[in-house]
Amino acid sequence: MFNFLYKGLIRDRSRSFFPVIIITLIVTIIIFFSGFLNGVYNSLFLNTALVNSGHVKIVTFLYNEEHQLLPNDFALLDIDKKISDLEKKYDDYFWTPRITFAGLLDVPDDNGETKSQSPTIGLGIDFLSNDSEQFKIWDLKNKLVNGRLIDKSNEILISQELSNRLNLKENEIVTFIGSTMYGGFTTFNFIVSGIFDLNIGPIAKDMILVDLKGARVALDMDNAASEIFGYDKELLFNNDKTVELRNNFNFENQNSLDEFRPIMLALRDSNQMGTLVDFSDAIILIILTVFLIVVTLVLWNMGIMSGLRRYGEIGMRLAIGETKNHVFKSMILESIIIGTLGSFFGTILGISITRYFENIGIDYSKGIDSLSSSNFAMPNVFYPQVTSELFYIGFIPGILATVLGTMLAGRAIYKREMSQLFKELEV
Amino acid sequence: MIVKIKNLTKKFYIGGSFFTALDNISLEIKNGEFLGLVGASGSGKTTLLNIIGGLDSPTSGEISVLNQFMNTTSHTERALIRRKNMGFIFQSYNLLPVYSVYENVELPLILNNIDKKSRRQKVLEAIDAVGLSDKINSRPNQLSGGQCQRTAIARAIVHKPALVLADEPTANLDSENSHLIMEIMKKLNTNYNTSFIFATHDEKIMGYLKRMIHIEDGKIFKDEKIKL
Ligand SMILES: Nc1ncnc2c1ncn2[C@@H]1O[C@H](COP(=O)(O)OP(=O)(O)OP(=O)(O)O)[C@@H](O)[C@H]1O
Ligand SMILES: [Mg+2]
Repeated sequence: MFNFLYKGLIRDRSRSFFPVIIITLIVTIIIFFSGFLNGVYNSLFLNTALVNSGHVKIVTFLYNEEHQLLPNDFALLDIDKKISDLEKKYDDYFWTPRITFAGLLDVPDDNGETKSQSPTIGLGIDFLSNDSEQFKIWDLKNKLVNGRLIDKSNEILISQELSNRLNLKENEIVTFIGSTMYGGFTTFNFIVSGIFDLNIGPIAKDMILVDLKGARVALDMDNAASEIFGYDKELLFNNDKTVELRNNFNFENQNSLDEFRPIMLALRDSNQMGTLVDFSDAIILIILTVFLIVVTLVLWNMGIMSGLRRYGEIGMRLAIGETKNHVFKSMILESIIIGTLGSFFGTILGISITRYFENIGIDYSKGIDSLSSSNFAMPNVFYPQVTSELFYIGFIPGILATVLGTMLAGRAIYKREMSQLFKELEV
Repeated sequence: MIVKIKNLTKKFYIGGSFFTALDNISLEIKNGEFLGLVGASGSGKTTLLNIIGGLDSPTSGEISVLNQFMNTTSHTERALIRRKNMGFIFQSYNLLPVYSVYENVELPLILNNIDKKSRRQKVLEAIDAVGLSDKINSRPNQLSGGQCQRTAIARAIVHKPALVLADEPTANLDSENSHLIMEIMKKLNTNYNTSFIFATHDEKIMGYLKRMIHIEDGKIFKDEKIKL
């Protein structure tokens, strides 16, 4: 009997080919769409994660209390040990120290007199240690406007706004003036190796990027850091996961009264990010739910129509002695085959397309030109992202909707007297 | 006795009231009969045929088919009776369009779990009996109406049922084809002793029938045995 059904399926294009194509298309769209939302979601939060917060970050209790002041006198100490402990304990994440500091940048002329000056915010990032991926994560190669990446610890990258303001070119020397972690006065000469544009709006306007080692020397912060940032190893932001991690970590230290005890903050804990995270989560959930409902309705209707078209066949098969259960089961079997094939092709196609755009991105800059003056760190190019959920987010609804649609349509077999099935085929 | 009906009534519920399609029918049909239910349109022929075939159930009265008391059999048991011992021929052929003549005829044997080798032999024999051996691999849309109905006859008799039910089998056919298929069925009736029950108002059929049950407004008003 299976052979018999299979032959029918293969030969009747309106029963196999077209439904498979439609399911393939729908599943492809679901997948690309979710991949796109993933990408938007992640890139929306990646900038924040890179600049401010990591997916999670660790600071001392006191540092957090006064974090607006960038209080490096409350920095974390003994960083190497802390990082290797973290790497052992939470190996879904990678951990990297960060020094965030403020001060003045002074550009001297040939005589050593001040040519121009500006306040600055420096990020001391571990760019230069052996296995560091920070250049890649920041995608700095593509964000360089001029010059080259740093390769010595006394070199810095400087934002385009700041370089314009200070009238600085690459290879010029700037003097950083600030205070050490112990409160002493410090000056340090950096060489500008390149100029970057992160495309994240005003938060970059005073920004310089410094190698961690350089920052440590300049600020006298040996084996210390303002913060330790943790990132999901695949750079995928998952709010629930970070909150769970933060709760576990803080639970272990809950009884300590040490003011220098480390505490963990999730991305959502920094300025107003919580609302944004919840809002985005809700939007994505709503969009996907609505989409799945629409798709299920479409597939259901398809099932009904092909069911109606086949009342004649069903009536005949019942007349020659097939049981209703058998006919119903064979319809379901057909829909499982169709649904599986369509979902399979759709998943392959959807993931391939998503993967393609994952590399080249979808450029939005024209669309959001009008928004470029807003304060929000909005990226110009969205990169859809292939995540493991894409492998089932289209597949399962693809099969379920097809089978469910056929089941609903197939109820007709049970609801009607058999003689009635013939009537419907005759008119 | 192949069919035994006693005080059978069938009512349809339409628009808030009951319509009596069959009214207190009693009837006995013996093995090997070649019988017609004859009457005007709307008289109840199809309804009676469907009840005999177990596709519909009576409102009241008793009916036994092939020694099974149909009033108490389940849907599955009736399906089994049809599968083993009945064949159906419809006015509109009801062939499956994507299958060849061979495969259409094969279907009842597949349902009966007959192995492939004896299936082949039975299918070829049935197709030969209706004279379509040269069309074995054709699809229904490549056949004439008469050839379609002959395929349907082959499908109805391929598993050697005791009883074949045919509802207006000639209604869509011209006179020549009508006579051809009646000859074929008459031969099957003689050769295999298969019983045939027709529902018809086609004059051309009536000359072949050995017994005519005249139905009017759901009642039998004449049971006519024809001496040949
Ligand atoms: N499912 C149904 N619901 C309501 N009424 C029905 C139903 N089936 C049949 N009838 C009615 O029962 C009567 C007998 O119908 P039936 O189909 O048995 O007639 P028939 O003798 O086969 O007619 P024809 O020669 O036109 O095929 C008709 O009046 C018809 O309207
Ligand atoms: Mg009729």
